[in-house]
Amino acid sequence: MKEAEVRRLLAANLLCVFSVILTAVVPAFFWDGFSVLGTHLAWLCICSVCVSTLSIILHLVLKPNLSPKRSSFAHKISRFLKCCMYFFMSCILFHAIIVLYGAHISWSVTETFLFAVLLSTFTTLQCLCILGPNIQAWIRVFSKNGAMCIWESSLQITTMCSILGAWFGAFPIPLDWDRPWQVWPISCSLGATFGYGAGLVIAPLWIHWNRKQLTYKSR
Amino acid sequence: DPPPAPMQRIKGLTTGSLPTFIDVGSNFATYAIQEDNLLAQMVQNGRRVVFMGDDTWEGLFPKKFFRSYFFPSFNVKDLHTVDNGILQHLYPTVDSGEWDLLIAHFLGVDHCGHKHGPDHPEMAKKLTQMNEMLRSLVDHLGNDTLLLVAGDHGMTETGDHGGDSEKEVNAALFVYSKTPLFGTGPPEEPEAVPQVNLVPTVALLLGVPIPYSNIGEVMAELFSGDGDAVSAALQQLSVYHINAKQVDRFLHSYSLVAQDLPAEQLQHLQELFSSAVEEHTQLLAQVQGATLVPPELESRLGSLIGRFQLYLREARAVCTQSWARFHPLRMVGGCTLIATSCLLCYVASELAAASDSFYRSCLLYPLLWGLVVAVLLGLARAFTQEGLDLLLVLSSAAAASQLGFFWHWWGRHPKRARLAGSPPPLASIGLRQRLRAWLGLAFPMGILLFRCGAMFSDSFVVAEARVAPFLLASLVMLLVGKLHWDGRLTVPEGPKQQLLGFSSYRREIWYLLCFVAMLLVCVRLSGFFHQCREEIPQCRPSLFLSPLASLRNTRAKNLFYLLCVALLAGLVYAVRSWLRHYGNLNSSDPLVLFVRWGFPLVVLCIACYWAVASSTDDSLGKLQELVQVAVVAFPWAVYGLASVGLLLLLCNPMTVLAKDTRESAGSIVTPYLGVPSSEVDFLHVIPQIYKRMQESQKSRLERGSCKATIAAYGLGSVYSAALVIALTLLGFLLMLLHSERLSLAFLLLFLEAFMLLHIHTRARGLAGDAEPFSVPWYAVISWLLAASQFFYSTGHQPIFPAIHWNAAFVGFHLDHGTNLLPAVLVGANTFASHILFAVGCPLLLLWPFVCEMPSSHRKKPKKEPREELPEVEEHMMEMRLRESPEKFSTALLQLGLKYLFVLGTQLLACVCAAMILRRHLMVWKVFAPKFLFESLGFVVSSICLLLGISLVMRVDCAVSTWFSQLQLR
Repeated sequence: MKEAEVRRLLAANLLCVFSVILTAVVPAFFWDGFSVLGTHLAWLCICSVCVSTLSIILHLVLKPNLSPKRSSFAHKISRFLKCCMYFFMSCILFHAIIVLYGAHISWSVTETFLFAVLLSTFTTLQCLCILGPNIQAWIRVFSKNGAMCIWESSLQITTMCSILGAWFGAFPIPLDWDRPWQVWPISCSLGATFGYGAGLVIAPLWIHWNRKQLTYKSR
Repeated sequence: DPPPAPMQRIKGLTTGSLPTFIDVGSNFATYAIQEDNLLAQMVQNGRRVVFMGDDTWEGLFPKKFFRSYFFPSFNVKDLHTVDNGILQHLYPTVDSGEWDLLIAHFLGVDHCGHKHGPDHPEMAKKLTQMNEMLRSLVDHLGNDTLLLVAGDHGMTETGDHGGDSEKEVNAALFVYSKTPLFGTGPPEEPEAVPQVNLVPTVALLLGVPIPYSNIGEVMAELFSGDGDAVSAALQQLSVYHINAKQVDRFLHSYSLVAQDLPAEQLQHLQELFSSAVEEHTQLLAQVQGATLVPPELESRLGSLIGRFQLYLREARAVCTQSWARFHPLRMVGGCTLIATSCLLCYVASELAAASDSFYRSCLLYPLLWGLVVAVLLGLARAFTQEGLDLLLVLSSAAAASQLGFFWHWWGRHPKRARLAGSPPPLASIGLRQRLRAWLGLAFPMGILLFRCGAMFSDSFVVAEARVAPFLLASLVMLLVGKLHWDGRLTVPEGPKQQLLGFSSYRREIWYLLCFVAMLLVCVRLSGFFHQCREEIPQCRPSLFLSPLASLRNTRAKNLFYLLCVALLAGLVYAVRSWLRHYGNLNSSDPLVLFVRWGFPLVVLCIACYWAVASSTDDSLGKLQELVQVAVVAFPWAVYGLASVGLLLLLCNPMTVLAKDTRESAGSIVTPYLGVPSSEVDFLHVIPQIYKRMQESQKSRLERGSCKATIAAYGLGSVYSAALVIALTLLGFLLMLLHSERLSLAFLLLFLEAFMLLHIHTRARGLAGDAEPFSVPWYAVISWLLAASQFFYSTGHQPIFPAIHWNAAFVGFHLDHGTNLLPAVLVGANTFASHILFAVGCPLLLLWPFVCEMPSSHRKKPKKEPREELPEVEEHMMEMRLRESPEKFSTALLQLGLKYLFVLGTQLLACVCAAMILRRHLMVWKVFAPKFLFESLGFVVSSICLLLGISLVMRVDCAVSTWFSQLQLR
């Protein structure tokens, strides 16, 4: 395995972490009264948009997956439309799952949906960037020994960490501490964000340490 | 004394009694104080009591106040609402003079302590405000008014209270009056005044009787009067005399009812009291005779007051010792017992599969040990003439049997290790497998750990109605995720599939995902039947909890009624079609007849009962008497029918139609022959008959003699059928005890259990478990999570006010001869989901066998040519269990032990929480009731689990006799 690729992965991931941090800090300079907790919905939007643009740009620049065989313009357009549809569907699906896990159905629908969008950004969008709208590849990647390159291993780790973070984020909600971050969905979205960040940092390190054991099958 | 929630404090301050937990027993349904108390005495004697402040008093003393200004006290962060509200009303009320006793309960300082701690600037502001209030209040006081300022508790360095440290239990007492109170100057180092002393003092100062259960002592300084020392002493003496008589009367009647006060101490107190009273009468006679009291009499007066004081203090000490006392040793002992029991269940469930001689050495002998120890201890206690402490005997017996178990286990352990160690390559593989098994265990056990951890936080206990479904959903999702991660859901990849763009999932996965989605929807929907706790003020209880009779809108009422009846009918239809599908509805046994005709009858009775119960009283006019009869008769009909059904189930649980086909063309023993459902089946029928005829001809020719062959319908699901029938009957009974619209919740319960069973079966099929006889941990844990989830979803909460007391009067008018029957009814109502899930627990073992049918059924036509040996197809479905009766009983035992282990772990967490947090602020409101409910639920669950397992064993016996009868024929 090439060390250079791991380094590239590390750089890309650190860039993502940095951008997430920036979304929390920078808007406060332009917008009075902005804070992650106070104007949480705005932050959710900003964070989702920033992370998704950055992922798409990184994807275009680094090209972790091999270029598709046919690259006609129409094909690209259809691919893009498919990606958009998948993303939207995953938002709906995440929303449904969150509601099934206990979020209120009719109250704070916007919050729940934006949280679902954030989760989709951290999970589905990354899958779309790296694997493309190819469900079969997704199924392959998310099983044991399914990853075929370090980008896919990194994808596994970040996705799991994001979802795990969101899950743990639900734990403080019932506590009676009356903190501002216990309000729905702040703790969960923060948990997901921290999980995503942790995943981004852990992934290159984990790959680096396990580089002996990781033997990727060639396609 | 340990200060629990504010409610107990107020109780102590008004009844003069010690805050105890057991007194909850006297007034389950309301928080109102029903014991004799200061306020009741005041009101009885026509005094006007005005109250302002903390609204806890409203619940404690409903309609006792002449005038009242309540302010919400729940929000601890709110420092000013209560105080400002009081200050607004205090001075006008004081000035108006329309009161005899004015109580103002400020909360700001307490809340400030909780929020900021004692050394915060906010606290300084608050204290200054209180100081100002006192200063101006003193100006408003009349000459005959006594001002008492007392804190009900102190606070620690962090501003909390609830413990028993010096700073928490001590608070200032400030007494002020415009007329001089004290004959002498106040003492330099005043002694601490117990809180209960305020009660008799205030009562006697205001001239009302001391509350019955008071054990406080009057504060003599306030009774010094305005005369000389002798008259003051006489007055104090009379006050003490009244107080001592009251305490003596209370102790006397208390000792008649309860035995927890030690006899010799009571005797001692009695002697003290009688001698003091005797001297009192003598002294009074002497004093009344003499106009001028001689000095030696004066000193005798002083000493007599001292004796009364001594009596009162000793009485209080005795009561404090026996009432507000924890037994740390017993607590730790109990926890250890539960913990070792859990460990025993775990070890035994692991061990049960391993060996055969396990039963006798590891289970029977320790049981005998325990019995022997119990008998010995009992004899010892009986001979030494001490009171037999049943609890101690039982727990030591349990401990002895557990010791026996572990000793036997330890004795066997080295042998096993040596056996396993003899082939060295096996050991290393075993280690790796064991590691993998541990990792596999980690995920369901992790969920269990979270659940147990949640018992230690009051917020999580309060929110448990949402925690349990969350964990259940997580467990199921994790299960699916893990199956996917292990690649069980996908077909092994071939080059073909990679070229094709289709997803390479197996077909079964869609069933599994559908079941999971349905389960999640069920879990979510069941959340709509929630009851509320007072800790969450913005919560509104579910509309479905109220009985239909309370609905005003007639159309909505009719609609809901029809919906509920339709659901009941749907349930019966579903159960019947399930039984028919597996061929259990073909025979003409009484049980099957009962299922066919009795079930609809039960539903009809329930529907009639609901109709009668939910009709408005005045609408039926003349039929009133008839309605009165019907309200009692219909539930009794349901009780009767259900018990007839259960009896039939016990007498003859076989739902198998045996068709003796000796004369007809020899068919083959086939356990399953349902109704041919599709045309395909019909197409197969004729060739099959032909083939069978051919085969039987052949066999006749070959063997010469005809072998008796029998077709048994529904033998493959005979165990599950019995359980399903029992569960349905129990479900009907429990639905009858709940309010009408909760039948929706029960339907969800059955649906969710069905989904869980199917998910479990599918997951097993996909995971390809080698051991069909052991139920995996995740199934047991999800089963129990569902049980606790539906405890909440049938409108219950582990608090006393949330108990559905109406259940005691289903089928009874408002009187009960004994306490047993209503207790059973209310208990069945409260632990409905525990009962259903525990009885249904063996289904976890049986279901995979029942569901294995369709696949082999589908393959049947292919197998047909090879079917010459009837044994090939003979043992199908649950008959596989009969194939190896040893394994079957072991599996049942293992399942029961696993279930008990999970139950016991939850109970252990709950008990530990109640023990460790016994000084917590919320202990009496959250942890103690939770502990009580959890332990009762544990008992109910264990009993029902035993009943369910014994039902399966009864069916097993019946199946054995059925087979032996067949062989005789």
